[in-house]
Amino acid sequence: MSDTKFVGTPKKVTTHVNQNEDLIFEKSSPGKKAYRLAELDVPEVDAASLLGDTVRTDLGVMPELSEIEIVRHFTRLSTWNYAIDLGMYPLGSCTMKYNPRVNELVSRLEGIADAHPYQPESLSQGALSIMKLLSDCLIEITGMDTITLQPAAGAHGEFTGILLVRAYHESKGNARKKILIPDSAHGTNPATAAVCGYQVANLKSNAQGMVDIAELERMVDEDTAALMLTNPSTIGVFESEIHKIADILHAKGALLYMDGANMNALVGKTRPGDFGVDVMHLNLHKTFSTPHGGGGPGSGPVACKKILEPFLPKPVVVTRPDGLLALDYDRPESIGRVRMFYGNFGMFVRALAYILANGPDGLRQTTEDAVLNANYIRAKLEDTFDLPYKAPSLHEVVFSDKRQAKNGVKTGDMGKRLIDYGFHAYTVSFPLVVPGAMMIEPTESESREELDLLIDALKQIAREADENPEIVTTSPQTTRLRRLDETTAARKPILRWKPVPNGTRDSNALTPDTAAKEW
Amino acid sequence: MRYLPKSPADRAEMLAEIGAASIDDLFATIPAEYQFKRDLAIPRQHGESEIIDRFRAFADQNANGYASFLGAGVYRHYRPVLIDTVVSRGEFLTSYTPYQPEIAQGTLQAMFEFQTMICELTGMEIANASMYDGSTGAAEAIMMAVRVTGRDGAVIARTVHPEYREVIATYALHQEIPTTEVGYAENGRIDLAALDAAITDNTACVLIQSPNFFGTIEDVAAIADIAHKKGALLIVSIAEAISLGIVKAPVEADIVSLEAQSFGVAPSYGGPFCGVIACKEKFLRQMPGRIVGETKDMDGKRGFVLTLSTREQHIRREKATSNICTNQALVAMMTTVFLTVYGKEGMKDLAVQNLAKAKYAADTLGQAGKVLFAGAPRFHEFVLDLGKDAEAANAALLEKKIIGGLPLAKWYPELGPNASLWCATELTAKTQIDAAAEALK
Repeated sequence: MSDTKFVGTPKKVTTHVNQNEDLIFEKSSPGKKAYRLAELDVPEVDAASLLGDTVRTDLGVMPELSEIEIVRHFTRLSTWNYAIDLGMYPLGSCTMKYNPRVNELVSRLEGIADAHPYQPESLSQGALSIMKLLSDCLIEITGMDTITLQPAAGAHGEFTGILLVRAYHESKGNARKKILIPDSAHGTNPATAAVCGYQVANLKSNAQGMVDIAELERMVDEDTAALMLTNPSTIGVFESEIHKIADILHAKGALLYMDGANMNALVGKTRPGDFGVDVMHLNLHKTFSTPHGGGGPGSGPVACKKILEPFLPKPVVVTRPDGLLALDYDRPESIGRVRMFYGNFGMFVRALAYILANGPDGLRQTTEDAVLNANYIRAKLEDTFDLPYKAPSLHEVVFSDKRQAKNGVKTGDMGKRLIDYGFHAYTVSFPLVVPGAMMIEPTESESREELDLLIDALKQIAREADENPEIVTTSPQTTRLRRLDETTAARKPILRWKPVPNGTRDSNALTPDTAAKEW
Repeated sequence: MRYLPKSPADRAEMLAEIGAASIDDLFATIPAEYQFKRDLAIPRQHGESEIIDRFRAFADQNANGYASFLGAGVYRHYRPVLIDTVVSRGEFLTSYTPYQPEIAQGTLQAMFEFQTMICELTGMEIANASMYDGSTGAAEAIMMAVRVTGRDGAVIARTVHPEYREVIATYALHQEIPTTEVGYAENGRIDLAALDAAITDNTACVLIQSPNFFGTIEDVAAIADIAHKKGALLIVSIAEAISLGIVKAPVEADIVSLEAQSFGVAPSYGGPFCGVIACKEKFLRQMPGRIVGETKDMDGKRGFVLTLSTREQHIRREKATSNICTNQALVAMMTTVFLTVYGKEGMKDLAVQNLAKAKYAADTLGQAGKVLFAGAPRFHEFVLDLGKDAEAANAALLEKKIIGGLPLAKWYPELGPNASLWCATELTAKTQIDAAAEALK
């Protein structure tokens, strides 16, 4: 190794002003207010006499601040976050695409935001029309026969989909015992199978990282309820023998469940309903641009074939003979409810706005651009990083840290170092079938310029890994906080703030004051 | 397409650099028979103004300008302007789950503040960073109690929201959790004798709602005594979170499942809302969902991380405490801003205004019929027996642009066709209550 330890030069970022900010409770002082209620137009009441011994007298450490302090508090916190609005999130499997602002505007229109789920159907025709139109669009996009919008997120959609599978088999007299899940699957898949009362049978991938057809044929039997398959797979490759997979399952009476996490690779180019899938979920917060919001809300509609329709969660939206839309609760074979009301309706509004903004041509171009971006990254970086599976990529590419790990630099280290270059990390260590996985999904939302910046950053990081590994393994270097001690966080959990007697600081709670003094 | 940042020349050059002749080369792994060659049959591409027009037209087909007395698990409260100011910031709106804590401290600290406020309000020691909603949260709380106790039955009050009970039934069936329902006494509270009789050696938990579906506040301490004597846990579900400003926290519970929609989240035709589970610290390892914890960075500075992920599906896979992954983070952020705006004094003042409106509404509307379950304290909902068919009465009210209370016969046939559930909040004007009373005469 040379003496001149290489330190790269991020092109995208410079230093950024952000301010120290205590917890809201530490900024609170008695008597401050940020609210004024409207004048009461009915007689005042005495809460104690109305509620008797159920009355509450104190709200403990709830904060007391003025409005400007609250605005500054949350604005300062916001500057500590990375976000799509700041730049690319190359998170594989997460589909971090642009979240259009018109979606936010229409979801807040009065009449939409204020609609109560129990208001009469005659006064809910707009809401029901939104659900109907979105359903029709998603059915067309997936090539399936019918859909439920009720599940609240992707994992909840998996739960719903597997319950549909279960109800189907039960209607044939035998719920069956196990669900096959490839070793490359998302962790939610086996967790879902277990929650639905099924055993998980692990299906090993073949040398190309794909479904091993011979192994599948060997494992599928009369006890197999379904295979949960992600297509394109978590290594971003289309299962070319998908119909053979479906045939093997169907021959034994088992069903094919598709995890739709990677639907951004397929919309407008191919349809799961056409290639043998029986039931699948979509993630509106991935493919259809509803915002991730720091972890949710999501929405996980489940589309399926006609054979599963009787079992859909209730209610379902139906068109009455007079043309009005209605909610049908008379569904004797339904699996029941998976959530109260009709689902995360606000996400339906946003997803539909996205579909309208795109139209058929826009959705196809979106998919093509997403796949083009992933292949561009692959072409530019395959000399730099190990590419364990060589099959052609669709919307994401999975490299490994094999070359860099020789110097002690792991995928997690390079992900953290990417932060210093002005990006979010890629998906680290997933899928599990790739040791040291670096999973990159650019989405269609990145310009060539942003892609080139990412490629440049990763090349510089690879060089750092060779010539100056320590700067990578101790990164990020430029963030407000350095690497956090996650071990202690789990071993001695501190999960809420507590007041400290006499205003002294909790010895545990180190505030950023030390940094402030250095400035 | 205006969301796509590429010129035709960019695309051509990138294809050339990849060495592909055309974009279709990149899709060659999809067998030809499954390649979709036509246009999707969906609406054509819309301009932004057309999208807004279209949704305005949808909005106009919903109730507009109606006074509403609907509650029943979804409550209309004033949403301070600051809520949307904060959650519209791209740094919150468009950030991912905070798996890279160094660049997600904003979300993480706010979630830690959320957890703290939920603990303070519910009287529990720990809280998670959100669940989908109150209905799935209640189902997950039952599954959690089953894991904690090693028993497998759940006793559920009939006064828990009927849709929550339907969701629980879906979850319980496949977890093989037998459930028993316990009815209510004349005052609308759970029937304590029946509860005592329903709990067996195999009962993992008792689930109640307080204020319950009829708006009645339960005697949580008495219920907890009965449950605990037989070794069962008590889960308290709270559908109207504003009640916590003036109703005693359910400190005797072991687990609280809260629906926080009332804390500044729009009704939005039923979602997205914000569930959250809070509990005693000793049950931490069995709690589902993401949790934020405090820690330090390499330089000793305070920071926050997602923690205890060994409970979750990424690591535990089929042995996870739940399959939940995405939660309701941005909605939890809304509730955090709401709670900060109202704060210690405002939460109480707001809850008392709700009490006052509901008292006036019950007194005024009660003259048209009879308020049922008058023998126990209520928050801001009450059951009216109008002395005439509730559906028909509502149809007449609609003509006066009033949406009346929710008819209960569908779920509580024993109350007869005349009973409906009414709600008044701080947004219900005296003039609206008076107009409804006049129309019901």
